[in-house]
Amino acid sequence: MKTILFVEDESTLQKTFGEILKQEGYEMISALDGEIGLRLAKIKNPDLILLDLILPKVHGFEVLKKLKEDKETKDIPVIVLTNLEGIGNVEKAIELGATTYLVKANYSLEEVIEKIKKALGE
Amino acid sequence: MNLKKIFEQFNIPVQCKKYGLPLWQCPHFLFLVMGIIIIVSTLVVYAVGSRYVEDPQVVVLIVLLVAAILFTIAVIITRSFERLAEANRMKSEFVSIVSHQLRSPLSNLRWVIELLTSGRANGVSEKQLEYFKILKENSDRMRELISDLLIISRIETAKLSLKKKEISLEDLIRKTIEELEVFAKASNVKVEFGAKENLPKVFADPSQIRLVIENLLDNAIRYIKEKGQVEIKLEKIDKHCRFEIKDTGVGIPKEDQKYIFQKFFRSENVMRYQTQGSGLGLYIAKSVVEKSGGKIGFKSEEGKGSTFFFTLPIK
Repeated sequence: MKTILFVEDESTLQKTFGEILKQEGYEMISALDGEIGLRLAKIKNPDLILLDLILPKVHGFEVLKKLKEDKETKDIPVIVLTNLEGIGNVEKAIELGATTYLVKANYSLEEVIEKIKKALGE
Repeated sequence: MNLKKIFEQFNIPVQCKKYGLPLWQCPHFLFLVMGIIIIVSTLVVYAVGSRYVEDPQVVVLIVLLVAAILFTIAVIITRSFERLAEANRMKSEFVSIVSHQLRSPLSNLRWVIELLTSGRANGVSEKQLEYFKILKENSDRMRELISDLLIISRIETAKLSLKKKEISLEDLIRKTIEELEVFAKASNVKVEFGAKENLPKVFADPSQIRLVIENLLDNAIRYIKEKGQVEIKLEKIDKHCRFEIKDTGVGIPKEDQKYIFQKFFRSENVMRYQTQGSGLGLYIAKSVVEKSGGKIGFKSEEGKGSTFFFTLPIK
């Protein structure tokens, strides 16, 4: 069973997404802030990371940067899943090593699942 | 770095862009113009004064007085313009922040509703599903409204950046028609599209132009009563591609025609049988087309229908 780490501070979203990922046959680990997200990425070594940008304690960009700098976590694909849309953010995330950048408001749940499958090579 | 910042203060076009205002409304530019007027008028007063007044001290006094009055007026005018520009910028920023903040809870809401209506959640009855669908429709409308507001705040703060490239308008139109096919069928509207052969590509931002076509087509379908027809034409005129969309809808009353591209404007005859709509679509369409180097316009007769057109430059 593949594991997905979901770094997101909204517990509603954690719940909704957890339910669906479970149905799709994945195991979901949730982290409610950037700091825990970074720690769990190292300990659990997930197959994929879903990362929000506006996070308590450590900002998403910082998390992404540290993940990609660390030998142990640098090969884990990261999908940025956020509502932050400003100019330059997409470019910055891709530059830092994110696989895809998804603006929550523009995607349905099914579309996000599709992107996850694609990133996992399924 | 600091020197660069100081230099930037004098770079009028950059300062004006910050406010997203045209040059003649920009406080920095106005101050420059006022300065020139003051210098010219003091010189004129000096020239005229020294001719008719014998005492040079009196001439200098008059010149100083005139300069002081003009300077006071200039400061008052530019100050008030600056305050207006600042208020305008803050308003746009406010819209942008509020829209962003509204987006997060709305995304949660939409996803939960999607979960409930997708059949993934167990134990949802037929009747409940019906209600959830209503929730879904309304949250979708809210999402569209928020994304329109965000585009507008970007237009107004001059932050709407167009990623221009060569695109085929024809493909873009076909895709948009396909997307709105269900809506057209449900509204008993037949959409026809005829393009001249071998049309060149245009140079524009595909996602923004798609938004323009979508808005125009959606309007054309939406404002047809009972049943009707929409005709789209595409042709090349000189160095432009011209898109035209003709409908057999309700048309725009003459007295409303001059307001049609203003934001939040909705014609009264339209509101009588279509309550949906934010009055933002045409404002966005006009801003995008003009920013892309094209023109937009329309002809309309109440009760007969409307024809909208826009042009885009060929590279």
